Amino acid sequence: MQVPAPFAYERATSVEHALSLLEQGGSEARLLAGGHSLLPMMKLRLARPETLIDINGLTDLDYVTLDGTELAIGAMTRHATVLDSAVLGEHYRIFADAERVIADPLVRNRGTIGGSICQADPAEDLSAVLSALRATAVIRSSTATRTVALRDFHRGPYETAVGTAEILTEIRVPVRPGVGSAYEKVERRAGDWAVAAAGAFVQLRDGVIGDVGIGLAAVGAAHFTCPEAEAALLGQAPSAEAVGAAAAICARSCHPQTDQRGPEDYKRHLARVLVERALNRSIARAGGTER
Amino acid sequence: MQVTVTVNGEETSGDIEPRLLLVHYLRNHLGLRGTHWGCDTSNCGACTVWLDGLPVKSCTTLAVQADGRRVRTVEDLETGGVLDPVQEGFVQEHGLQCGFCTPGMLMMARALLDRDPDPDTTTIREAISGNLCRCTGYENIVRAVRWAAEHTTAEVTA
Amino acid sequence: MTVTEVPTSAAGNPIGFGRMIRKEDARFVRGQGNYVDDINLPGMLHGALLRSSYAHARIVSIDTTAAEAHPKVKAVITGKILETLKLAWMPTLSGDVQSVLATDKVRFQGQEVAFVVAEDEYAARDALELIEVEYEPLGVVADARRALLPDAPLIRDDLEGRTDNKIYDWEAGDAARCDEVFAHADVVVAEDIIYPRVHPAPMETCGAVASMDKVTGKLTIWTTTQAPHAHRTLYALVAGLPEHKIQVISPDIGGGFGNKVGIYPGYVCAIVGSIVTGAPVKWVEDRSENLMSTSFARDYHMHGEIAATRDGKVLGLRVNVLADHGAFNGVAQPTKFPAGFFHIFTGSYDYPAAHCKVTAVYSNKAPGGVAYACSFRITEAVYLVERMMDCLAFELKRDPAELRMQNLLRPEQFPYTTPTGWEYDSGDYPRALTEAMRIAGYDELRREQAARRADPSDDTPLMGIGLSFFTEGVGAGPRKHMDILGLGMADGCELRIHPTGKAQLRLSVQTQGQGHETTFAQIVSHVIGIPPEDIEVIHGDTDNTPFGLGTYGSRSTPVSGAAAAVAAQRVKEKARIVAAAALECSVDDLEWEHGRWFVKGDPEQGKTMQELAMAAHSSLELPEGVEGHLDASVVYNPPNLTYPFGAYICVVDVDPQTGVVKVRRFIAVDDCGPRINPMIVEGQIHGGLADGIGMALMEVIAFDAEGNNLGGSFMDYLLPTSMECPSWELGETVTPSPHHPIGAKGVGESATVGSPAAVVNAVLDALQIRQADMPLTPAAVWRAMQGRPLRPDLAIE
Repeated sequence: MQVPAPFAYERATSVEHALSLLEQGGSEARLLAGGHSLLPMMKLRLARPETLIDINGLTDLDYVTLDGTELAIGAMTRHATVLDSAVLGEHYRIFADAERVIADPLVRNRGTIGGSICQADPAEDLSAVLSALRATAVIRSSTATRTVALRDFHRGPYETAVGTAEILTEIRVPVRPGVGSAYEKVERRAGDWAVAAAGAFVQLRDGVIGDVGIGLAAVGAAHFTCPEAEAALLGQAPSAEAVGAAAAICARSCHPQTDQRGPEDYKRHLARVLVERALNRSIARAGGTER
Repeated sequence: MQVTVTVNGEETSGDIEPRLLLVHYLRNHLGLRGTHWGCDTSNCGACTVWLDGLPVKSCTTLAVQADGRRVRTVEDLETGGVLDPVQEGFVQEHGLQCGFCTPGMLMMARALLDRDPDPDTTTIREAISGNLCRCTGYENIVRAVRWAAEHTTAEVTA
Repeated sequence: MTVTEVPTSAAGNPIGFGRMIRKEDARFVRGQGNYVDDINLPGMLHGALLRSSYAHARIVSIDTTAAEAHPKVKAVITGKILETLKLAWMPTLSGDVQSVLATDKVRFQGQEVAFVVAEDEYAARDALELIEVEYEPLGVVADARRALLPDAPLIRDDLEGRTDNKIYDWEAGDAARCDEVFAHADVVVAEDIIYPRVHPAPMETCGAVASMDKVTGKLTIWTTTQAPHAHRTLYALVAGLPEHKIQVISPDIGGGFGNKVGIYPGYVCAIVGSIVTGAPVKWVEDRSENLMSTSFARDYHMHGEIAATRDGKVLGLRVNVLADHGAFNGVAQPTKFPAGFFHIFTGSYDYPAAHCKVTAVYSNKAPGGVAYACSFRITEAVYLVERMMDCLAFELKRDPAELRMQNLLRPEQFPYTTPTGWEYDSGDYPRALTEAMRIAGYDELRREQAARRADPSDDTPLMGIGLSFFTEGVGAGPRKHMDILGLGMADGCELRIHPTGKAQLRLSVQTQGQGHETTFAQIVSHVIGIPPEDIEVIHGDTDNTPFGLGTYGSRSTPVSGAAAAVAAQRVKEKARIVAAAALECSVDDLEWEHGRWFVKGDPEQGKTMQELAMAAHSSLELPEGVEGHLDASVVYNPPNLTYPFGAYICVVDVDPQTGVVKVRRFIAVDDCGPRINPMIVEGQIHGGLADGIGMALMEVIAFDAEGNNLGGSFMDYLLPTSMECPSWELGETVTPSPHHPIGAKGVGESATVGSPAAVVNAVLDALQIRQADMPLTPAAVWRAMQGRPLRPDLAIE
């Protein structure tokens, strides 16, 4: 089996400690959370950090709670916890939909929600989920705490708003009464990265779409979303036509890349199909017609 | 680095490089060769062990990350000379052929049954979806786990 | 031959054929298997191979100074050093030569360039990065169809007189007869069908621990080999080491599937490493090395044509094959059959005329071609004919089951000689197909499909039903016709009954999960009535087992199983003589039942095998010319191949919007003759059916134009999981082999041979299109629906 190049290892005992280790390590230090993105890359020697800062001891960042009008998810919360969370399931079924098709049960025992979105893989399902939900990232440095909208969090493939001496500590999702949400993914095989994936939430008000969010993974959608499609849905009756039109906008405006998972035209087609399906299921769930 | 890892209930320690993978610590430092490896990209699950009670891929875990923690491997399933029902189930239902993926499958099966003592076949298939097998076509593995769900340790002894 | 009621032993096992839990499981479920990577010797060092990142390049220079200076490195070996030992090149199993470590050029991405020996495997990996190789890239042949173009780069300039990339042309059948048949046929259907490059990918990768003892001059090598004796002889021939001083040991093997038949450069390097350092050297490849450099399978580009009457009676089948063998011709198959058994491609049908031509070419890819349970290219042959039958059904608008039934060989036609010279000795094909259709509820499935088609919506899954009927020839083979590198394919077997009536059976074949420790004990049990728990099967160590060609091509039961049965029969007859001596009667006065010889009409007067074993070792006087003890040693030369067959039906549901395929059901009816252990037979079939799903829907090793391997890890080479496999539904018919001592035919590869076509035919049936190539990933399905199919063997564009 391939094995990593040598590195120095530090174990953080608190967020403050992790931050000071990051400051010391500079750009050659990487945080080790679940490790299922970073360690495989290090084994292939595609990543060679000089120092790993293990933050698995920061168990106080492992939580899912309802905090007033927001759901608060600690950055170290494992995929398996997100999948099984009753609190999340009660408000946003999109989480369980997505987690069920993220990697496999073993990876989900270790991988974290924070680690996943910080890895910023363009096919990362949770990035699409959180963009759809218009979540907020809470980022700490040793001097300050700031928030960044998830839609501004991703700066490019494998690049986020988190600075070298900063840590993502929490993700916040607004609670939306009566919301329905869903996630749809096409993969070549169980556990594979998405060929394309889409998620959505819909909130109905007086029979029309009061609020909507769309998330897209693996199709090169800027910030994992499509604001133009969302705008087109607001105030509309949740009809097949409206949904179809929005899906078409998503397909038109994303930038899928041809690779061995599929050609660009197919991925673009999937963007439309999966946005349509995610919206339709969200609408059904919002209206209580799907359980 | 000095590490102390409780493996199968016994304290072990070693002076190791941070980059030493847990699977290699188990196999080469402790001589516990029941845990296997089968890929480079964390896809096959042959290396499955328990870390603090949860099944994980030991090829994607550093041994230093197990410092101060509990690890359980396939060697721990048999107790007092009696096979665990999952082991007996694999024997009774021909859930293994070459045996290479088997330790990983057994650790996954044991974890599943501890959490869900009576899983249906869909749940079983989902639980082992991260463990690849090239020999069995999975059907007999599913039957083996069902056998374990339906038989107690007492029945294994008998 | 019928299997009569089988008695049960004290341990609850059948004394003979029947379901029995496996003896080998005791160690595997405890994690106490002994695989090559588990081997640990005092002072053992670790080797690692540096591999080329280029598909085709001249080697300008190799600088190993920095690697040699690494404190934990004990040796660095390059092609130049091997040249001095005449080991830089080694013969392949096909009369070609293969580079052990590259000297002049590298010819495929992943080719072996240098070997490092270090104190531990982490240091060995680190040292690889310290080796500097300067390459001069050359033009690449990454598409077999470009290999013979006039401007194609010449790959094998190491071979004298070679001016192009052709390896051979080979043909079988009657071209003239075919021309005539095709010219006059009502219907001719032509189709281009690719069986893409795939890989056996057993869960355990390949490796070896080589230990040369300088004092005794003995080389011991523990290695992942399906053919330990063949390896030993090859090492002797190639490395010039005295064969009696070489011991090859296959410990437990974590899956073979044809991946572990040949000798890989890593094994040779480990041996050289041990000689150079004086210590044991372990080399175990990683998964990317396994996928990128060890024996791939298939890569057949086929153009098939079928001629038929308008009523659906097939008249002729011809096919042109372009076979991509990679950079060296390393296919493992009997010498006289350079395209293996591909010419069995008329399959299970009554074709009056047939012809095939196979053109094999070199390309800048890893060598191989015969692997992954192919029964020597029968996977390709069956895929071709089963796809062509469906193409014909499509054109004639006939039900594919009906069309097959119309054309299947009938029982009264056996023994049947195919137009390409195969002699099928036995079979009842219509019965197997009928049984598969019964289990599937075929008519009801077609009714369901019709109902769905009558009333579709955008999202209604498209339902497909696909069939595959296969005949294969396994158990190579008669030594007159079949040898590998001159070694005839007859295998030895030794049976020894100890004084206390326990037995040891020594085999030449090598299990990699097939359960030989159990099934071979059951064969002996069946013949001589000793409980299987009292029979120890010994295999894998060339010092302790008789010579043979190993396990692949489903040959263990047909060849070695026959040898075991014959050996047991000889022991039984010898025991009869001992019994006659002990009971003071004539051998003709004796009858046999359940492990006991007794006097006819006086059953109290008898001796069990256990008693006879002791008697044979005692002071009992035996007739003139009869030797003592109760042993037999056999070399079995099979008179013919055996012909397992089967009928498979696959049901799929395809999402019309996304192209995602779900396999709803898979029905498999197999005929492998009498089943020694039904549980083990079913397990073999289950595994092969999963292979079919894998190849039909997700497995492929593709290459881009630069020769980059796009399937070099399990992220890209996708194996089916528990989620993609249905709960297999099996049935059986039993048509014994007329020549095999116990009528058994072998089954290890049947399901891999038969299943891919069933899945592909099902998907195409769902889509109602005539042809698309596997793997039918969601993208491939969608593009096929658009009428713009993908080529699976190249980078997607």
